[in-house]
Amino acid sequence: MTKTFKSRLAAFASGLVLSATAFAAMAAGSGPALLHSGTDLGDKASLQRGAQLFMNYCSGCHSLKYLRYSRMAEDLGLTEEQVMANLNFTGAKFGEHIVSAMPAEQARKWFGQVPPDLSLTVRSKIGGPDWVYTYLKSFYVDESRPLGWNNTLFPNASMPNVLWKQQGLQRPVYGEPDPATGEPVIERLELAVPGTQTPEEFDQMARDIAAFLEYASEPIATERQSIGVWVILFLVLLAFLAWLLKNEYWKDVH
Amino acid sequence: MSNVITRTANNVWAWFNERAPGFMPVYRKHMSEYYAPKNFNIWYIFGVLSLVVLANQILTGIFLTMHFKPSAAEAFASVEYIMRDVEWGWLIRYMHSTGASLFFVVVYIHMFRGLMYGSYQKPRELVWIVGMLIYLVLMAEAFMGYVLPWGQMSFWGAKVIISLFGAIPVIGNGLTEWIMGDYLPSDATLNRFFALHVIALPLVLLLLVVLHIFALHEVGSNNPDGVEIKKGPKGNRWSPTAPADGVPFHPYYTVKDTFYVFAFMVIAAFIIFFAPTFGGWFLEHDNFVEANRLVTPEHIKPVWYYTPYYAMLRVVPNKLGGVVVMFAAILLLFFVPWLDRGKVRSIRYRGLGFKVALAIFAISFVWLGKIGAGPGTDIVETYIGRVLTVLYFGYFAFLWVYTYFGFEKTKPVPERVTTHD
Repeated sequence: MTKTFKSRLAAFASGLVLSATAFAAMAAGSGPALLHSGTDLGDKASLQRGAQLFMNYCSGCHSLKYLRYSRMAEDLGLTEEQVMANLNFTGAKFGEHIVSAMPAEQARKWFGQVPPDLSLTVRSKIGGPDWVYTYLKSFYVDESRPLGWNNTLFPNASMPNVLWKQQGLQRPVYGEPDPATGEPVIERLELAVPGTQTPEEFDQMARDIAAFLEYASEPIATERQSIGVWVILFLVLLAFLAWLLKNEYWKDVH
Repeated sequence: MSNVITRTANNVWAWFNERAPGFMPVYRKHMSEYYAPKNFNIWYIFGVLSLVVLANQILTGIFLTMHFKPSAAEAFASVEYIMRDVEWGWLIRYMHSTGASLFFVVVYIHMFRGLMYGSYQKPRELVWIVGMLIYLVLMAEAFMGYVLPWGQMSFWGAKVIISLFGAIPVIGNGLTEWIMGDYLPSDATLNRFFALHVIALPLVLLLLVVLHIFALHEVGSNNPDGVEIKKGPKGNRWSPTAPADGVPFHPYYTVKDTFYVFAFMVIAAFIIFFAPTFGGWFLEHDNFVEANRLVTPEHIKPVWYYTPYYAMLRVVPNKLGGVVVMFAAILLLFFVPWLDRGKVRSIRYRGLGFKVALAIFAISFVWLGKIGAGPGTDIVETYIGRVLTVLYFGYFAFLWVYTYFGFEKTKPVPERVTTHD
């Protein structure tokens, strides 16, 4: 590359950074690759565990404001009693949406912002459930952050690692510094203090949460596909009959 | 022998025709005695398919309006309400969102077919012009529809596209405010886009579609051989005066189209039921986040069917220049019937230069689409985009020079249509 080309490139890039903020760099491919979550929406047990984990560890701060307790019960094969006794901690009615009890004012004081609603997180992220799975596994100890946590997938996230007891504490291992900025680059994360779960058990935990959020982002997804099979079979049959009819009409056109 | 039922039916039919004498002549003119060339190939089904998609958009759209709330405060939540709480709402919404993209798929193929077989040439210039108007209105219709769910890409896409009008000297700023009814896309913008999307533009679209078909039936359809069947020998099994190479549209093409429509519906159903977001191409990831004027998405881009023009806009270093290039790219298509002075319609009998130029034109358009959908950060890609933009415009210049100065070496066109399938 010639010097003028490089300087042009730099001018072009800085112009873009102005408009598209720091995210442009991530889109260009410097962000960490996503891990494969292996979620399965057909696995009801995984979704039920995910719902339980969500209600226990996430719902204190995060809402699922487009999902109703009753819909979740129906889709996950749970009874009203089970949901109201074990999964509803806010006193909401069975037919109501899953809304966090945390006051927005307090949230802003504690985290600097209101924790986002997670109803559509999976659909809004490239990679979907893989993004959630990777995010949950990417926390590391960073004393420079207000709450002592940082995240390699989502740098400077406001959220602390709420699953640290299960996962243990991860610390960054630094590689070669970035040649352009001189900033240290995290090569990988290392489990410095083991948690109450083995890494395999924790992976399953992250997978269950990712699966539940995948379900919450589009509750109809599994039913949609099973209906789709019949619709397509019907249309194929219809098209076949129409093809026979067409041939019958056209056989004497030469 | 007639029984009481057929007798009554015949009487009702006679009663109706006495009072509506114009009905059967219209039916004959456009259906049972409209003689279409018998050699249509698969490229000729996309007009009918776009009618089917139009019907789908109108029907599903009616049901969506029953539940959608055209307000900045409620729009996003009302779409999720449709997706989760309305009976079969998810299906109606996916049929509408998938239909929007498939509309452009079939329309682009339909337009390419026209370029390939010279369907715009004399005497079909008006058919082409009305078709181009349909394409313009369709782009406005789809743009406004995309704003309605009020996601991040709805908002930021609207902001970027509307701001293009700001590049117009003197009146630019006032014009953008007038369009939006505000300084930013807002409740006022969403509300008026809803009105335009659900009633104003569909009315215009329907009128233009009727004109498109009437204009076509006046001159008759072109065909893959580019042979004018009306000028060929007369007389077929149905009429001694009809073109020998024509078959009645009904029932021949109605049964043929029925098959292709069902086959098309298999593909549409596959997308609707198994890949409704189509990997972020039909429904974009960022549009699952509610519009927020304080947070700019990672990279703002329009939906895929606008990206070729968006790429042209971006690769031109000057904003006004980019806007001019972008609109010129669409406008030039209107003039194709007069730029092409060729005597031969179909690509089958045209010169090699035409075939190569059309292929380069199509590749440039698709490649520009790919560039326009990307982040636009790659400088090399920007240079490629400039070359492709020149190639896109070069097609029109080439077409005129090639045919006006008689460079084209055509093959002999047969007297009659050659094959049918």
